[in-house]
Amino acid sequence: MQRYSVFAVAREALRFHKGWQRAWRSPAPKKRYDAIIVGAGGHGLATAYWLGRNHGIRNVAILEKGWLGGGNTGRNTTIIRSNYLQDPSAAIYEKSRSLYETMSQDLNYNVMFSPRGVIMLAQTHHEVRGYQRTAHANALQGVTTEFIGPDRVKKLVPIINIHGPRYPVLGGLWQARGGTARHDAVAWGYARACSDMGMDVIQQCEVTAIRRDGGRVTGVATTKGDIACDKLGLVVAGHSGVLADMAGFRLPIESVALQALVSEPIKPCMDVVVMANTVHGYMSQSDKGEMVIGGGADGYNNYTQRGSFHHIEETVRALVETFPMISRLKMLRQWGGIVDMTGDRSPILSKTPVDGIFVNCGWGTGGFKAIPGSGWAMAELMAKGTSPLADPFSMFRFREGRFIDESVAAGVAH
Amino acid sequence: MLILTCPNCGIAADETELSPGGQAHLKRFGPGSDDSDFEGYLFLRDNPRGVHFERWRHAMGCGKWFHAARCTVTNEVFATYSAQTSEPPQDVLDRITARRPDWQS
Repeated sequence: MQRYSVFAVAREALRFHKGWQRAWRSPAPKKRYDAIIVGAGGHGLATAYWLGRNHGIRNVAILEKGWLGGGNTGRNTTIIRSNYLQDPSAAIYEKSRSLYETMSQDLNYNVMFSPRGVIMLAQTHHEVRGYQRTAHANALQGVTTEFIGPDRVKKLVPIINIHGPRYPVLGGLWQARGGTARHDAVAWGYARACSDMGMDVIQQCEVTAIRRDGGRVTGVATTKGDIACDKLGLVVAGHSGVLADMAGFRLPIESVALQALVSEPIKPCMDVVVMANTVHGYMSQSDKGEMVIGGGADGYNNYTQRGSFHHIEETVRALVETFPMISRLKMLRQWGGIVDMTGDRSPILSKTPVDGIFVNCGWGTGGFKAIPGSGWAMAELMAKGTSPLADPFSMFRFREGRFIDESVAAGVAH
Repeated sequence: MLILTCPNCGIAADETELSPGGQAHLKRFGPGSDDSDFEGYLFLRDNPRGVHFERWRHAMGCGKWFHAARCTVTNEVFATYSAQTSEPPQDVLDRITARRPDWQS
């Protein structure tokens, strides 16, 4: 692999940029792999990457129906944080956040991780108590967060209106080491690193059936022919239910559309991420200057990748109250992604009723921040059959009543 | 915007007037059922990419529950029908197969 560095840039500049190589190969599928990962989004590629890096399993294919990182990896609002209430969540998200800190160096690919800090606003007394509790829990979990008062919020975010008529800002949960990263670069960086380890990233290759023999997976049928494998990882977010159906089991997952939008680019005005869960909106400013805005998910199952208009209206209305200066901004574009929601709003990293099939899904509205940690845990689970980070997230927890109930803890947008 | 006609009051209601209620025709389990029955009833849901039967409530209108058959990819509404049914009526199934000849329930 051609390493990227300041010297490489200088060398190529002198050669009129004619010497750059492709970042990853696009091979035809082999007949057989040790492991196949379905889904070349962030989570799938990270799983493959850590299978190779941590467990020496490198005869791996990553199959993608569309193009690399073209699903939710390229559709999210890129927020990275780990201020969760429940221990299993805090453990995996904090692992993930810490891996983001070194990702650019690990992958030799600039993912533009920007630890600019994340504030979750407390706008009701209930929320104040909730976030104080989370801050105490985080202290015990080794996650650095603090509860800050409204003056400090105003200092960190000068454009905020803390005296809103209906929902004044009463404080906030501040995670200074949270932030954002370039979402496409995460997928591209992992793809390049996987390809460099000899793995095959195969795009435009849809899985149409899962082959089983006596309760064990033997391979997959795809639009590019049959491929055999020992282990199969399903990492397809919103379409997990469709693949589970092919493998003959059900998942506690429902898919809904979640939307985001960006404004026209403006000069730098806000250098932290602000989430306002009571009024249902969150916002950050991208390096290009666009205000990146996200809000609530649709309430009903759909795969439209559009989302309902009234949710955007709700979100924007709330944010205009919170940040009066954005009222005159024009919206540049809006899009939707399909998020996979579980009953307790926590993900599933699990073995399945079929031997050799593993599933990683249910990240719902907050999967981007979890990409490296999820891949780390999923790779360990696939290689060893058990993983301290993944085990609490088994799909069997619903039968056993062991919920990781972030739906109560986080309420929304987590 | 999604528009569903409430079969109880006959009003064509915008989705802002409605509350979604999840998958329709769930089989309920009571005391004495085993864990996997409860898991299925409480958590496991059909999540089809296509025809879906679901519950809605005309929350900002007549307040009553009803059922809808809708395509989750295109949001095409095939029919809305009474909530007092334990499975989709034949005329609803006929309307779906007229629009989706390959569909199997």
